[in-house]
Amino acid sequence: MAFSHFIDRRKNPKGKSLGNRQRFLKRARAQIKEAVSKSLRDRSLKEIEKGEKISIPSKSTVEPRFRLDPETGKREMVHPGNKEFGKGDKIKKPPQSGGKGKGKKASTDGEGEDAFQFTLTQDEFLDIFFEDLELPNLVKRSLKEIKATAYKRAGITVSGSPTNMNLIRTMRNAHGRRLALHRPSTREMNELKERLFELERIAQPSNEEILSRKDIIAKLEAMERRRRWAPFIDPLDVRFNAYEPTPVETTAAVMFCLMDVSGSMGEREKDLAKRFYMLLYLFLKRRYERVEIVFIRHTHHAEEVDEETFFYSRQSGGTVVSTALDKMLEVQRDRFAAHEWNIYVAQASDGFTQSGDAKRCVEILNESIMPISQYYAYIEILDERELEVFSNEDSGAELWRAYRTFAPAWENFAQTRIARPQDIFPVFRELFSKTKREAA
Amino acid sequence: MEAVIEKGNIIFDDANWDFETLQRTLEAIEEIALGDLKLDIYPNQIEIISSEQMLDAYSSHGMPLMYKHWSFGKHFARDQMMYQKGYTGLAYEIVINSNPCIAYLMEENTMAMQALVMAHASFGHNHFFKNNYLFRQWTDAEGILPYLDFAKKYIAKCEDEYGFEEVEAILDASHALMDQGVFRYSRPPRLSEADRMAKLAARAEHEELTFNDIWRTLPNTEEDEEEKEERQAEVRNIKLPEENLLYFIEKASPVLRPWQRELVRIVRNIAQYFYPQKQTKVMNEGCATFVHHYIMTELYNRGAIGEGAILEFLHSHSSVVFQPDFDDPRYSGLNPYALGFAMMGDIKRICEEPKAEDREWFPEIAGSGDWREILKDAWANYRDESFILQYLSPKIMRDFHLFAIADNAKETHVEVSAIHDDLGYRRVRERLAAMYDIGMHEPNVQVVAAALEGDRKLTLHHKVHDGRKLSDKTRDVILTHIETLWGHEVKLEETNA
Repeated sequence: MAFSHFIDRRKNPKGKSLGNRQRFLKRARAQIKEAVSKSLRDRSLKEIEKGEKISIPSKSTVEPRFRLDPETGKREMVHPGNKEFGKGDKIKKPPQSGGKGKGKKASTDGEGEDAFQFTLTQDEFLDIFFEDLELPNLVKRSLKEIKATAYKRAGITVSGSPTNMNLIRTMRNAHGRRLALHRPSTREMNELKERLFELERIAQPSNEEILSRKDIIAKLEAMERRRRWAPFIDPLDVRFNAYEPTPVETTAAVMFCLMDVSGSMGEREKDLAKRFYMLLYLFLKRRYERVEIVFIRHTHHAEEVDEETFFYSRQSGGTVVSTALDKMLEVQRDRFAAHEWNIYVAQASDGFTQSGDAKRCVEILNESIMPISQYYAYIEILDERELEVFSNEDSGAELWRAYRTFAPAWENFAQTRIARPQDIFPVFRELFSKTKREAA
Repeated sequence: MEAVIEKGNIIFDDANWDFETLQRTLEAIEEIALGDLKLDIYPNQIEIISSEQMLDAYSSHGMPLMYKHWSFGKHFARDQMMYQKGYTGLAYEIVINSNPCIAYLMEENTMAMQALVMAHASFGHNHFFKNNYLFRQWTDAEGILPYLDFAKKYIAKCEDEYGFEEVEAILDASHALMDQGVFRYSRPPRLSEADRMAKLAARAEHEELTFNDIWRTLPNTEEDEEEKEERQAEVRNIKLPEENLLYFIEKASPVLRPWQRELVRIVRNIAQYFYPQKQTKVMNEGCATFVHHYIMTELYNRGAIGEGAILEFLHSHSSVVFQPDFDDPRYSGLNPYALGFAMMGDIKRICEEPKAEDREWFPEIAGSGDWREILKDAWANYRDESFILQYLSPKIMRDFHLFAIADNAKETHVEVSAIHDDLGYRRVRERLAAMYDIGMHEPNVQVVAAALEGDRKLTLHHKVHDGRKLSDKTRDVILTHIETLWGHEVKLEETNA
């Protein structure tokens, strides 16, 4: 049927409206951000990795149009479903909304005050949350990983691997060459063949017809030859996309995550610490492709573990915090030479350690760790009741007080406390906030 | 045409579809639509899409091509959420007023649904688009897709050149005036819309032909003298008051640069393209619903589809034309499918089996028998308002139990002003028709004065009808938008007509 035809579009590329979505997210950025931080407060570790339904005030993305105010003037509307009314009946207006059925309409065209709900993907969610955070004092020291290369497009070449063939260029060249060399087209050939058939069908051909038959056969043979001589695609036509390796500058950075898992840390405290590190881990993975992460956990002795063990295994024992610092230094000397790497340390603990150990911690920090570190963050995990007791910055557990004494000497040292799950995100933002650092 | 439908030869009996079955079914539908109903249609292009693509299409006015703007992203996010939570289903189809007439079918539809949808969109809507006078006069089915393609590319280029924010500011402001960006009563002063579209499409095509990466440039940032002359001549030709705010601003704004004028023009052209659809919801849907109902029933009567298919069809059809009563929680106004379908079925009845009442109300058509011609005439020459005024019969008013309610904001009670009885028929009909008059519920804001020299103040006027003032929820935001476009002070007066 010439009149109608079907097209199967299901295989068309998806995400046609992605550009619109990005523009929308950008538009409502401030509100979305607020909603994201709010929703993060009550999320568990697992949930962080999922997308999130958020709602923002619809006011922020309103599309205004002139409207008539339903609270003014007169109108007369027709409705269906009359059951008992007669002409002249009076009906009391329902409270607030102006007339019948009008109340609902306001929200459908986006003018209501109510919230606008939609779902963010995990990527969008984390992007927005981590948006203005960064590792402080990241400097490009003698760059260890300068060897890293990335392939960049670099024009077109005549040789390459078949996967890189540039079809458009190739076909264009072939087409040009065919035109230039007058390659007989299949259509021309078919026309001649058609005529030949007709002539051959004539039972008693005249001399003239016999001649033209011979002529056509000769022509066809010549065309065949020419077609062999000027092929449809010649190796000459083939072009490839060229890629050139280019060195990429990367900044080598390592983050040491030190976590206290001793008996004095209750399940709740451990959970808080793990949540903090999970966030840190997601942040680093997301924003810094090439940051190495070293997980160290300690009781009365410290060990380097993989992330699985770090986040999910249980262990208990006494507490000697300095073992973790020693371990960290050992790993650092072993694998992350200070002149090649930017070194970051985050330490989480409840602040209790063997008596006298706090002093030793301060010594190690002062002498060995702080001089080579870009940033050192100490997070003290508190019991909720303790928060009241330690509302003063100067009072605190043993480690806290010890750290307070030497902290002012080091600009790149930060200490802070977490008592409740909802503290984690503000504290995290405080530690890695870009704007605050710039201002400071 | 060769007959596709043979007695006892069922064209499909499975819920699953394939392209062969679709083709066979389309041919059977066409046999009835063209052979029996004698519809006059554009060639059909029927596209099968997934639900995600349907959501995509939803978010941008249902058009296959649309420029990028955050509001489309917002609609997409909302629709996606509603759909995923199961609050709303997706439409079974989307159809575009273009030549060829493009209809989207969802891949999830069953075969019976595909048949319904093809009859509905590719024949019902298609015939309406091709024949209704509003669409013929005001829209250009040939030019719309090339024009949208041009618009999309043009806006993308502007974003590259001048930045997202600049483009967004103009588009946001223009969108706010879309309802006031159409010519309602008179044709545009010089170029007809179709000419304009054709000119722009030609421009787009020209750009495509001369496309060259190295020489790619936008229209000049500065207007050349000749263009300026031409534009100013157009401005002088505008007689105030001017109802089309976007048109006036595009031509006369003292601050817009040429590319910004083009953006305003794009939004205005799209608003104008959709304007006929706003005025023909009842008729357009009524026509499509009547056509699909007739065709599906006829397919069944001729033995081309079985009991299962017709039952599934009736189930979907009755939910499409369902009309909740005013006191039903599901009520959200009159359902255009229900009203349109009922009225068109009623016209057929009046032509074939009129009662005394019908002879009195519709002497010209009652008993004439030729319902096909009467309906086609109605589809071609009316819009919702005039159609209701002409053809809403007492029987339909009774079937729907229609009643009119007068609401004065100053009073605590509303009053029933007419019901479906002998005394009330005419009033109900007249009030219902008025409800479909866009001029009644969209504010009538016009340009009354503009100082093209001096302080360059722009004065707008809202003609208050029946004491209904502009809502101050949006009023001031929109004035700010207009000031963005005008560049100088904008004043809005409101007085009683």
